[in-house]
Amino acid sequence: MVVGLDELSHAGGGPGPRSGPGPAISFARVTKTFGGGTEAVADATFEVAAGEFVSIVGPSGCGKSTLLRLASGLTEVTSGTVALGEENVGFVFQDATLLPWRTVQRNLELLPELHGVDRAERRQRASAALELMGLTGFEKHRPRQLSGGMRMRVSLARSLTMRPRIFLFDEPFAALDEITRHRLNDELLRIFLAERFAGLFITHSVLEATYLSSRVLVMSARPGRIVADIAVPIGYPRRPEQRFDPALVEVAGEVSARLREVSA
Amino acid sequence: MIDFKTEQPGAHGAEAHGAAGAPPVTSAGSPSTVEGAPSGGGRLRKWSAASARAVLPPFVVFVIVIGIWLFVTYVVLDAQRRFLLPPPQDVVSVGFFQAANRDEIFSALWSTTRVAIVGLAWAIALGSAFAITMSWGRWVERSLYPWAVVLQTLPLLAIVPVIGFWFQYNFKSRVIVCVLISLFPIITNTLFGLKSVDQAHRDLFKLHKVGPLKRLVKLEIPSALPAIFTGWRISAGLSVIGAIVGDFFFQQGTPGIGRLIQTYTSQLQTDQLFAAVIVCVLLGLATFWSFGFLAWLLVGSWHESGRRKD
Repeated sequence: MVVGLDELSHAGGGPGPRSGPGPAISFARVTKTFGGGTEAVADATFEVAAGEFVSIVGPSGCGKSTLLRLASGLTEVTSGTVALGEENVGFVFQDATLLPWRTVQRNLELLPELHGVDRAERRQRASAALELMGLTGFEKHRPRQLSGGMRMRVSLARSLTMRPRIFLFDEPFAALDEITRHRLNDELLRIFLAERFAGLFITHSVLEATYLSSRVLVMSARPGRIVADIAVPIGYPRRPEQRFDPALVEVAGEVSARLREVSA
Repeated sequence: MIDFKTEQPGAHGAEAHGAAGAPPVTSAGSPSTVEGAPSGGGRLRKWSAASARAVLPPFVVFVIVIGIWLFVTYVVLDAQRRFLLPPPQDVVSVGFFQAANRDEIFSALWSTTRVAIVGLAWAIALGSAFAITMSWGRWVERSLYPWAVVLQTLPLLAIVPVIGFWFQYNFKSRVIVCVLISLFPIITNTLFGLKSVDQAHRDLFKLHKVGPLKRLVKLEIPSALPAIFTGWRISAGLSVIGAIVGDFFFQQGTPGIGRLIQTYTSQLQTDQLFAAVIVCVLLGLATFWSFGFLAWLLVGSWHESGRRKD
């Protein structure tokens, strides 16, 4: 697997600076009000440092996804500022969003193709990402022939072909069964350790948030406010058996308590 | 008297005639079994197996229809009035086995086919351009779409003579008739396809700052292909009808199948008349099926319509 990573870095696109001068993601008093007057995000201020993995949890409909769209620039802020320390941003959607008419191989070549990377290098990047996510042998499959978990792997691999320095995740594993979800959590941690991008991960699973992150932000609903910023006192790497480590469970309990307060 | 070989050429024509009793385009709405063909390895072989399954039930209907036809001809009609519905074997032997008649019918058919193909090609080019332009912005769509609807509601029979005045009664005018009649389904289906692109896919392309032309080629057109082919398929049938309608009005140039039908009708040559009608139906079926095959070939491997139903 590590071999795959090395190939990826040789494939060009370069890992870029490991840490920029400022934070990777910074939100300053960001507010988003939609046309109908719905206030989706209110006064959000937080930072994600380079190489840090931060999760946001909150009740459904609290504006978590809006926050991520604001970070990526897909949605414009109403007031306040969003600043990214890096231009190379990866975005993993809730659905795998693979192009159904393309094979796995061709889906993995998509992003370099859109950025005008030449064919030979496109192929190299795709096969490196393929190997990294354990997808070898599935090159010629179409998305509809794959399970949900496999599709999400392809989706992650697709983002990895661009070697983003900032990675935004919009509940990517929400639709998967628990076993697949746990496995993909570990895959994600492995990639995170190897790449050390800045990660912002949206989820509604408290245990997933604590297991993956160095910090967990709790959001309240309507309007979405960040009401707590809780550090996870365990470093990386994390092993699967640590998922229910007492220290992690304690943090999860604290996050849950805050969630209950804001949902009530 | 009826030997099996002579029965064949009329077979499909009568079957479609009996089953639908309408121009081939009406069957555009009902999914043919061919579309449900399997994907993956040995697709072509499985496709022919599926075709066999698809052909058998309509063949049974065909036999029944021929039976009714014979019954009407020989039992219902007396000998003096038999010309109203000549027996199938006479249609085949007079229409297809007398060299002069056959050549007349097939050269007329070729003339009509050429008009239909050229008309369809123009309709596809114009309709796609029209639809792509409309997909660029809501205001473009709002300004152009009503005119596309107007095009659809034009009383074609009234317009055709005018087209004759303007562009002479020749090949060009016939093509214009075909374009007018087959343009609308191409516009609506293509536009529908282009507008139905998954929003998450659009977001993905927006995140990577993809320009409109690249987005069109790499996302919108491939994603719209199933709908685009539906439009082409409907329009192919309409274009054949347009070519035949054109024949009725435009009496100059090579006679088409429509004009031949008119001649046969006025001279009460019902054997040839029925043979010509059968040939028209076959032409419609051939276009309909070839577009279905094209769609299956290009989108069957990934689109839901190509999924095996079992």
